[in-house]
Amino acid sequence: MSISLFLEQVLNGLQFGVMLFLMSAGLTLVFGVMGLINLAHGSLYMIGAFAAAAIASWTGSFWLGLVASLMAAGIAGVIVEIVIIRRLYKRDHLDQVLATFALILLFSEAMRWIFGAFPLFLDVPEILSGTLSLPLGIEYSKYRMMIIVVGILIAVGLFSLISKTRLGVRIRAGESDREMIAALGVDISKLYTLVFALGAALAGLAGAMVGAIQSVEVGMGEPVLILAFVVIVIGGIGSIKGALVGAILVGLTDTLGRFLLPSFFKIFLNPSSATDIGSALSSMMIYILMAAVLIWKPSGLFGNNSK
Amino acid sequence: MKKLISMFALSAVIALPVFADDHKAKVGMITTLSGGGSGLGIDVRDGFLLALKGNNDIEVVIEDDQRKPDIAVQLADKMIQSEKVDILTGIIWSNLAMAVVPAAVNQGKIYLSPNAGPSALAGAGCHKNYFNVAWQNDNLHEAAGGYANSEGYKNSFIIAPNYPAGKDALTGYKRFYEGELAGEIYTKLGQKDYAAEIAQIRASGADSVFFFLPGGMGIGFMKQFAQSGIDLPVVGPAFSFDQGILQAVGAAAMGVKNTSQWSKDLNNVANVKFVADFQAEYGRLPSLYASQGYDTANLLASALRTTSVNDQDAFRKALKKADFASTRGSFSFDTNNHPIQDIYVREVIKEGDIFTNKIVATGLKDRSNAYVSECKM
Repeated sequence: MSISLFLEQVLNGLQFGVMLFLMSAGLTLVFGVMGLINLAHGSLYMIGAFAAAAIASWTGSFWLGLVASLMAAGIAGVIVEIVIIRRLYKRDHLDQVLATFALILLFSEAMRWIFGAFPLFLDVPEILSGTLSLPLGIEYSKYRMMIIVVGILIAVGLFSLISKTRLGVRIRAGESDREMIAALGVDISKLYTLVFALGAALAGLAGAMVGAIQSVEVGMGEPVLILAFVVIVIGGIGSIKGALVGAILVGLTDTLGRFLLPSFFKIFLNPSSATDIGSALSSMMIYILMAAVLIWKPSGLFGNNSK
Repeated sequence: MKKLISMFALSAVIALPVFADDHKAKVGMITTLSGGGSGLGIDVRDGFLLALKGNNDIEVVIEDDQRKPDIAVQLADKMIQSEKVDILTGIIWSNLAMAVVPAAVNQGKIYLSPNAGPSALAGAGCHKNYFNVAWQNDNLHEAAGGYANSEGYKNSFIIAPNYPAGKDALTGYKRFYEGELAGEIYTKLGQKDYAAEIAQIRASGADSVFFFLPGGMGIGFMKQFAQSGIDLPVVGPAFSFDQGILQAVGAAAMGVKNTSQWSKDLNNVANVKFVADFQAEYGRLPSLYASQGYDTANLLASALRTTSVNDQDAFRKALKKADFASTRGSFSFDTNNHPIQDIYVREVIKEGDIFTNKIVATGLKDRSNAYVSECKM
């Protein structure tokens, strides 16, 4: 195994992690600030991808598609929050899970009804197709590089939003004491709608960016949703920093596990059983990581222990 | 979400009224109609119903398994116990077939597979009530292996998901392929991002890539592979190049060779009629899955024309004769109730704005399968 292959895999892990961060940032905010388990977060990811594919094929511009994904998922988030989610904050978690699960089914069928059951086409823009030559002879996809850069920019933006702005102060206050911030005269319901829409828009953007290299199809959000939950559990619920660290950890563990484990088992097993055991174990790696983190820190890496 | 579709139409009914009841049958179709992979189930269903248009002897109950084995098992129980169907069909995925088929055939139901053909059900686990109308899972991959030899590939990198059909795929390819392996990877079922695998292909020094990644998995792989700048010939089974997903892969698939038992341009009477009727009925081009659904329904109708489903021995004999005009041309059953048929090599082309396939060679002539001798029926 060469060092450049290893570094390329680290970049791949980073890219996967950054994508997971976009997905889990909204999830962890919504859970942390409003105490809501939102299973329909994966549907917002799907809506973003479908909106991008539809607009990109209509206008021929990938970038307009990206803007459309932010807007479509954000608007869907606002509507869902006002019409349905708002009624769930005071209910217990089981009710929230049931209602948002129903939303998954509704959104999936709606997409199938509008766009049909077959996957849509969304390709990377011409300017980002092909590869970038990095030092050490690494050839890395320009588009994946863009995902990493966009993800890091958004992470920086979110940190400054939360730590430097008035909105961020309110979000943090809402996280620690909902009643008090309402008593202080902050319009809590408007704040909730805003946070929900922000999370939705980020999920939609993730869906659109990933849709261009994977496939845009009904049901694409649910596998990612499961990973996003793993991320926020590892990172600590409600913590943006936790979501970032958790996402990168999960991304690297999954990618490097897939790559290294089969070769590791080949050292002392015959190739076919090494491939078998390696690929079986690598698909469990992130859950093993989650279990290990929870044994060490039961409320996640950056979780609030008092909760 | 039950759809009861009864077909009433005025048509030339073959049987005399007094025998009419004997030639009736109730079919339970369990297939994937929602969520990921629903395009395959929808095509099988549409092909199946197209063939039965105007046939009022066959009643079809259709249910959606959502690609989940536990739901498929519940649906099968319901269809057998409360719907009292005579025949089951429709399952797309091998892991679902393994969960449903053995129990169903052991309860005396006939199962006609329009898609999945796991090796376990072709060899030691074969059953007189189980007929596969599509292919044994290994078949298309075997043809791909044979094609790799004919192109002189000596060092293939092979990749498939870690589930029964994925194992069958790589086994099938290796059965015919004579060169070395640059690498062999099993990925997670449903995985969409192949960055880690593509990096390994780049580093492996392979001279060709064989992959079996059906549905959305293959779309992701082809697009990312095209983006990676690796210039290696790719060969795969038709499952990643069917009519439903080719448009989503786009130009990344152009020129890729893939193996299939069916193609839209096969020139036989049944196929020309099928392609035209399918387009007229549904407004899109059929995929190989649609052709499999269509053939399954025609096989069933051909057996019901001569015998009754209540006389199982005679009914099985009638099925085994395969006395119907298949869209694939020549079609017959081997002793383990799996097809003997030609497997073609197709190339992805563009016709107007639509990406589709055309046959460029016959990969394997009259191919049966490797498990016939293991089957003791």
